[in-house]
Amino acid sequence: MRYTLLLHYPEPGEGEVPAETIREVQEAFGRYGRALEDAGVLVAAEVLAPGAATTTVTLRSGDLQVQDGPFAETKEALAGVFVLDVPHLDAALGWAEKCPAAQFGVIEVRPVATSFVDGAWTA
Amino acid sequence: MTDPDDASRAVAEAAARDGYGRLLALLAAQSGDLVSAEDALADAFERALRTWPDDGTPGNPAGWLLTVARNRLRDRWRSAEVRRTEPLDPVAHAPVHLDALDAVDPDAVPDKRLELMLVCAHPAIAAPARTPLMLSTVLGFTAEQIARAWSVPTATMATRLVRAKRRVAQAGIPFVFPGREDLRTRTAAVLEAVYGAYAVEWSTTGPEPRGAPSEALQLAEVLADLLPDDPEVRGLAALVALSSARAAARLDPDGRFVPLDEQDPARWDRDLVERGRAHLRAAHGHRVLGRFQLEAAVQAVHCARTGPGPADPHTLRDLHEALHAVAPSLGSATALAVVTAGVEGPARGLALLDALLEPHGAAARRFQPAWAARAHLLAGLGRDREAVTAYDEAIALTHDAPQRAHLVRRRDEGRLS
Repeated sequence: MRYTLLLHYPEPGEGEVPAETIREVQEAFGRYGRALEDAGVLVAAEVLAPGAATTTVTLRSGDLQVQDGPFAETKEALAGVFVLDVPHLDAALGWAEKCPAAQFGVIEVRPVATSFVDGAWTA
Repeated sequence: MTDPDDASRAVAEAAARDGYGRLLALLAAQSGDLVSAEDALADAFERALRTWPDDGTPGNPAGWLLTVARNRLRDRWRSAEVRRTEPLDPVAHAPVHLDALDAVDPDAVPDKRLELMLVCAHPAIAAPARTPLMLSTVLGFTAEQIARAWSVPTATMATRLVRAKRRVAQAGIPFVFPGREDLRTRTAAVLEAVYGAYAVEWSTTGPEPRGAPSEALQLAEVLADLLPDDPEVRGLAALVALSSARAAARLDPDGRFVPLDEQDPARWDRDLVERGRAHLRAAHGHRVLGRFQLEAAVQAVHCARTGPGPADPHTLRDLHEALHAVAPSLGSATALAVVTAGVEGPARGLALLDALLEPHGAAARRFQPAWAARAHLLAGLGRDREAVTAYDEAIALTHDAPQRAHLVRRRDEGRLS
């Protein structure tokens, strides 16, 4: 069963986080990624670029609207996504607890309802 | 351990940590402020590094450092900077309390480290901050070293430490020895915090092997020095020493996980085993049983075997029964079921496991050791298909690569047989 770990944390300003800390966090994420791969549970891992780089697209009101910026401005922004393939929620929670971002942010664990695999949505 | 350079370096380091904790405890006990006491002591050490090589080491280095740090603290109180940046509180900022430091005989620096440890484990300090705070103040470990043990970024740990240290001064936590009634609960919190250094959970996963918890060993020894007549303090020191003694044997030379019963006793650290046994003997002399003594006794039974094969199953069962009665937890329940199987067979073990875990519900379902135990017991009963399912559950909940590989091997052995 697939679960997504949605990483939320406040976006740091330019130069706000010391280079040394950035390096440490990168190393921690490196170890985390390798552990997920080693366990054979990793489907995808994406850490997102800052919200300022976001472009929003909608046709909700009829015509195409392409807007500069994120959908919702929040203090704690969506900052990364991990997709794991694990047997159940307990296993997903175990990995969420080990995620480096849990140390400075909040991780939402959500089951995937359906995935597009080999040309079709899974039941 | 065999390299004399390494050994002497370790002795020198331990001595430095010992001295640091003593001086900081004394300075902070008088000012009530860990942050400024640390700053003053850091200044004193810095000056020592600058002047001692030319002027020679003073006859009483601790007294010298104390005098310099005390003067630094006093300068700080008097400095205009303090008055500009902090509202002047006539009680807290009066330098009267520093006069008590003048009365200290530099030749006989009193030991206030127990008071310091009690402050670190004070109920007003958040429980997760207590162990790092102790390692920082009592042993003088840097935020970077502590961060490494917890696998968190240095900046994260530094922030947590500063917050906890400020809290000591802001909340006005006193550096005093509590009364007899309070002492017991307060000591229990100190024990928990020291145990926390031993049971550090890796919070981020990684394939890199983790070193032995030498921080816990040092902290437990300091506490045993300060409270040698507390049986649980001795029990904890024994527990940490005995299990640290086996740290190197946990993985084989190829990095594969080796379960306790299959470890080679020749790879255990004999000195640490002896040290642990000595603590345990001292603890038992008091004839008051407790959780840490029982856990240490379990370790001692495991360390008693000299050849291959399992340790004495009857003694293990008795000890785990007592342990589960004194300090019941998911871990104690699982361990009791496993050792019961060692005496009465896997069917009894499995029935006990079910009965003991039932009240824990979802928490038991997420408890990896319980699944590993269940798989092991089912395999022992020849219920191979159920065993494979239980192994799969255990594997899904395992984040440590060598342990997972071990479970996979066990599961696949069962499939083949």
